[in-house]
Amino acid sequence: MSKNILIIGATSAIARATARIYAQAGGNNLFLVARNKVQLDRNCADLQVRGAASVHTETLDLNQFEQHGPLIDKVFDVMGRVDIVLIAHGTLPDQNECAADVEKTLAELNTNAISIISLLTHLANRMEQQRFGTIAVISSVAGDRGRQSNYIYGAAKGMVSVFMQGLRNRLFKSGVNVLTIKPGFVDTPMTKEFDKGLLWVKPDAIARGIIKAINKRKGEVYLPGFWALIMFIIRSIPEMIFKRLSL
Amino acid sequence: MSNQLISGWGRYPVVDAEIAVPARFENIDLTALNSIARGMGRSYGDSALATQIISTQQLDNLIAFNGQSGELRCAGGTTLEEILKVFVPRGWFLSVTPGTKFVSVGGAIASDVHGKNHHKIGSFCDHVTSIELLIGSGEMVSCSPQQNSDLFRATCGGMGLTGIIVSATIKLLPIQSTTIRQQTLKAANLKEVFQLFEANRSATYSVAWIDCLASGNALGRSLLYLGEHDESGTLDMQSGHSKSIPFDMPTTLLNRFTIQAFNTLYYHKVCETVSQQQVHYEPYFYPLDSIHHWNRLYGRRGFLQYQFVLPKTAGLEGMTKILQRISASKKGSFLAVLKELGAQNKNLLSFPIEGYTLALDFKWEPDLLQLLNELDQIVLEYGGRIYLTKDARMSEATFKQSYPSWEQFMEIRHKYGATEHFNSLQSERLGL
Repeated sequence: MSKNILIIGATSAIARATARIYAQAGGNNLFLVARNKVQLDRNCADLQVRGAASVHTETLDLNQFEQHGPLIDKVFDVMGRVDIVLIAHGTLPDQNECAADVEKTLAELNTNAISIISLLTHLANRMEQQRFGTIAVISSVAGDRGRQSNYIYGAAKGMVSVFMQGLRNRLFKSGVNVLTIKPGFVDTPMTKEFDKGLLWVKPDAIARGIIKAINKRKGEVYLPGFWALIMFIIRSIPEMIFKRLSL
Repeated sequence: MSNQLISGWGRYPVVDAEIAVPARFENIDLTALNSIARGMGRSYGDSALATQIISTQQLDNLIAFNGQSGELRCAGGTTLEEILKVFVPRGWFLSVTPGTKFVSVGGAIASDVHGKNHHKIGSFCDHVTSIELLIGSGEMVSCSPQQNSDLFRATCGGMGLTGIIVSATIKLLPIQSTTIRQQTLKAANLKEVFQLFEANRSATYSVAWIDCLASGNALGRSLLYLGEHDESGTLDMQSGHSKSIPFDMPTTLLNRFTIQAFNTLYYHKVCETVSQQQVHYEPYFYPLDSIHHWNRLYGRRGFLQYQFVLPKTAGLEGMTKILQRISASKKGSFLAVLKELGAQNKNLLSFPIEGYTLALDFKWEPDLLQLLNELDQIVLEYGGRIYLTKDARMSEATFKQSYPSWEQFMEIRHKYGATEHFNSLQSERLGL
């Protein structure tokens, strides 16, 4: 059956890989939102060639919160109904720069948490009325526990994860599934500065995991799955010990 | 930007390179001189190696497809695997495909790769209708057989030395099913396999596996595989898991006894002189793609693939001489592949010339280079040449003698401002 899919942060590597799978399945309608118009137009053509029934695009800097309401209205005007929402935008802040600069810290929290919560607030009300569909948001394993090496990013993702828990609880009775996606290490342009070891995976593998979790109407998913075990261990370490570790 | 140790598919040589992975072509930085584009890193030797590497892996978007003509425009980093995934279910295949689908379109053009149908329809670039190239000045230039044709003839088969292939238009081939009708013909020696190639020139696909360790009367014993696209059947993709070689194998496992035993078993497992099979295109075209990292079979020190072509006139005599030399050396490989090549095209550095080509893998050993140098002399003596995509060690003199258009290539490189900007370890070694 043909699906209407909204992807916010559509030029991010994971979103791009997910959109490609939906396009290749044939017959789906996509609405893409991202900041870079050139890149967005390029993705639009790519998805059309791959077999999407239609692709709409909207260029927007998602830090302009006042635009979120009109954006969501437009999406519903254009598509009628929305079956799947994927929110994928984000940045990876430099922890040391943030520690030295309040402005920088607040800007990163805005991008990685507040903007998502703003979008979700608008979306949740529309989806609640619609009474079906899935809202999926890319959070991170980093949101499960704060560590000295990236707690600004972790705090933002943690806020998103907790917000999603509440939203899942609220929208359950409306038949709307709320999915929190917690990827581990993904080899994308956002992480290009890192040396890649065994735990790193390609965006395509994450995309396949996202689609599977959406289809199974899961509430939360670690991708790849072994991160559930790693994070269980990380969360289980007593704070007395954890605070001494150099993680 | 990160620095890492990197090599070609043969894992020899290894260099410490700074690798940029631009997310879009506008971000490609050409201020550093002497860089080279790299797609999937499937060329065997040092042609995609330099101290500055520009990876095209993120530049993989499809741009447009014409369902009438089968023309696909896509970014240079798009892999053949991706094209097959999208277009096979719609009834389209690659006009020309090499023995792996894990190569980029840019790489396929830079190597002007050939497939099992070269004798019928030429090489990959004979089905490329246009190329958008980022040249040394930072400008984007279109080229095609009609427009800037000098640049097109240098870029096709030009090993990335004219600029960065940002996008290209290639012509796909309509198919009715994913099934290949395969016919296997057994040849007792080199003379027989040559005769079989000649007699089956009308076959769409043809390639032979040759036992390069057999000697005497059995020198050149082979299995010739012919193939045709089946008209009936489905367009299903093959599912199933691929295997992976998890670590470097100890190289002592590959010696003349194990290889001789393998080759003998492989040859004799086919009993009939002629047999027919229906196979999916995956195992037919890409038998090794189902084993990821198969290059680890050759151990930590890697291997060299040696592929040459001898013109028709040299035929049996030249090939016999080379096989005798290899057989006597007791070095050899599982995968010696013999193929008839059709007429040469107009691309300046493209490998194929009309004749027979043989490709062999040799694990890296200290005395290997000596053997390959001797083989070079026989190849030159018979007017042949060595495939740049496989090469990691040929001398400048050998190259210049066997690729007479190199001077014209250099002029075009100069004209389009590539000489200072685009250089690989290979181009430096070959004096390009």
